[in-house]
Amino acid sequence: MSVLIFVDQSEGHIKKASFEALTYGVKVAEQLGTTAEALVLGSVSDDLASLGKYGVKKVHQVNNASLNQLDAQVYAKVIAEAATQSGATVVVFSHNQTGKAVAARVAVRLKAGLVAGACALPDTSNGFVVRKTVFSGKAFANVSITSAVKVISLNPNSYTTIAGEGTAEVNPLSIAVDAPKVKVTAVNKVSGEVPLTEAEIVVSGGRGLKGPENWGILLDLAKELGAATACSRPVGDAHWRPHHEHVGQTGVQVAPNLYIAIGISGAIQHLAGVNRSKVIVVINKDPEAPFFKAADYGIVGDAFEVVPKLTEEIKKLKAK
Amino acid sequence: MKILVCVSKTPDTTSKIAFTDGNTKFDENGVQWIINPYDEWYSLVRAIELKEKDPATIVHLVTVGGADTEPIIRKALALGGDEAIRINTDNSDSYYIAAQIAAIAKDGYDLVFTGKETIDYNGSSIGGMIAEMIDAPYISLATKFELNGTTATVTREIEGGEEIAEVALPAVVSCQKGIAEQRIPNMRGIMAARTKPLKVVEPVAADALTAIVSFEMPPAKAGVKLVSPDNVAELVKLLHEEAKAI
Repeated sequence: MSVLIFVDQSEGHIKKASFEALTYGVKVAEQLGTTAEALVLGSVSDDLASLGKYGVKKVHQVNNASLNQLDAQVYAKVIAEAATQSGATVVVFSHNQTGKAVAARVAVRLKAGLVAGACALPDTSNGFVVRKTVFSGKAFANVSITSAVKVISLNPNSYTTIAGEGTAEVNPLSIAVDAPKVKVTAVNKVSGEVPLTEAEIVVSGGRGLKGPENWGILLDLAKELGAATACSRPVGDAHWRPHHEHVGQTGVQVAPNLYIAIGISGAIQHLAGVNRSKVIVVINKDPEAPFFKAADYGIVGDAFEVVPKLTEEIKKLKAK
Repeated sequence: MKILVCVSKTPDTTSKIAFTDGNTKFDENGVQWIINPYDEWYSLVRAIELKEKDPATIVHLVTVGGADTEPIIRKALALGGDEAIRINTDNSDSYYIAAQIAAIAKDGYDLVFTGKETIDYNGSSIGGMIAEMIDAPYISLATKFELNGTTATVTREIEGGEEIAEVALPAVVSCQKGIAEQRIPNMRGIMAARTKPLKVVEPVAADALTAIVSFEMPPAKAGVKLVSPDNVAELVKLLHEEAKAI
């Protein structure tokens, strides 16, 4: 019996969401009175032994070059095999892009019940019940997993990473890797941009900004805060901003520490995508905008005046 | 080319979410039901586009649910597709549902399309599970999809960008924004949908590995603290000292 945490990497670097999954998985192991181990696929330039600081004693690595690209079918077979070899009864993923591709397949291979999008530690007082977000963040469901082996994928930004001291033993695993049926031919990363789902701060704009030519004030603010940029659905639909920036029920769901909404009225569908944010700031000239009801802080005022001032004040704060 | 499009019934995006029976059941009172937007706008429309390009393409729709899902399936058929299959069972466990669809999907389909997730349970799991059950490759979160004979070129979302991949068919693909443009059914489509075959099949034996114990609403916000637009410095101070968000 143990907890196995899948650690996701991209171009040799471990993703932030995986540190959350590690912290979470170690806590689950503590609850169950067992040990937590990590699993990394492919070649990694980051120091794997240092993952011990999240509380794992062992990091298994299947270092096969064909695992540097994601083929969910190939990944699932390797992860399920590693889980079986290490006697894992719980397998933890981040519910990020890789987790969404792989966790469900692993669950089938292990005939394990899956809770996808978990946001809290399991309640083991009566069975094994995991809370997850449903209705795109409008509510939570407590889901009982009844199978012997359990798979959990953890919503990014829903569990705080705790790093302490410690080093882990790195254990090379030799597991046969199938030839991939998915061949990645190109990768286009928007350089210099903070990925929306991993961002601590998100600055988002709506129709109140009147046109794509006015986005400069928002970009300046985002730059000053090291924030990712996002937009409402009408803005994405009008192609003022790229569609991957659209947050809301039918777009990306985010849960940053700080969400700043500029010129967004706060339709119920938009709120569903952002209401797990820890702190919400709304800037809107309409005091009746429904978004104020969901906000922690607000300014009723003209974005074109308020936003540049806000950028200036943040500059001042950082200079202190 | 034979395509299976998975369609799910979900509450309308504007629905007020509430629960009954001691928070164990979703309150369906006054809820408008729609086709899950990701299924309708993206996977179904992309399948219809592929059929328009190559009329020999067969598009089947599949849904898992009781007779109350039939209006949704008819609406989907009004957009396009040759026939629909309803698997007559109701369950919230993704393994059980995927097993039902996999039993259909293994019957000679080259492609299985799903939406990237349903807007009610947000699992993003059914596509991956079907793929594992029928031993096919799976591309999740696709924003572009082009067929080239026995392979497809798919663009998928990754953190901070996108990846273009070649995949061998048969394959399972979860679709999202970008892959197709939303359509509205026309009168001809609505009329044609009435006579399209809608087969009802009974579920295959499968285990449910999870069950919803209860629902909860998120805690209400304490209320907004308003700051004067002439005192932006105060907002920054609050965010820094009180909220510790910057």
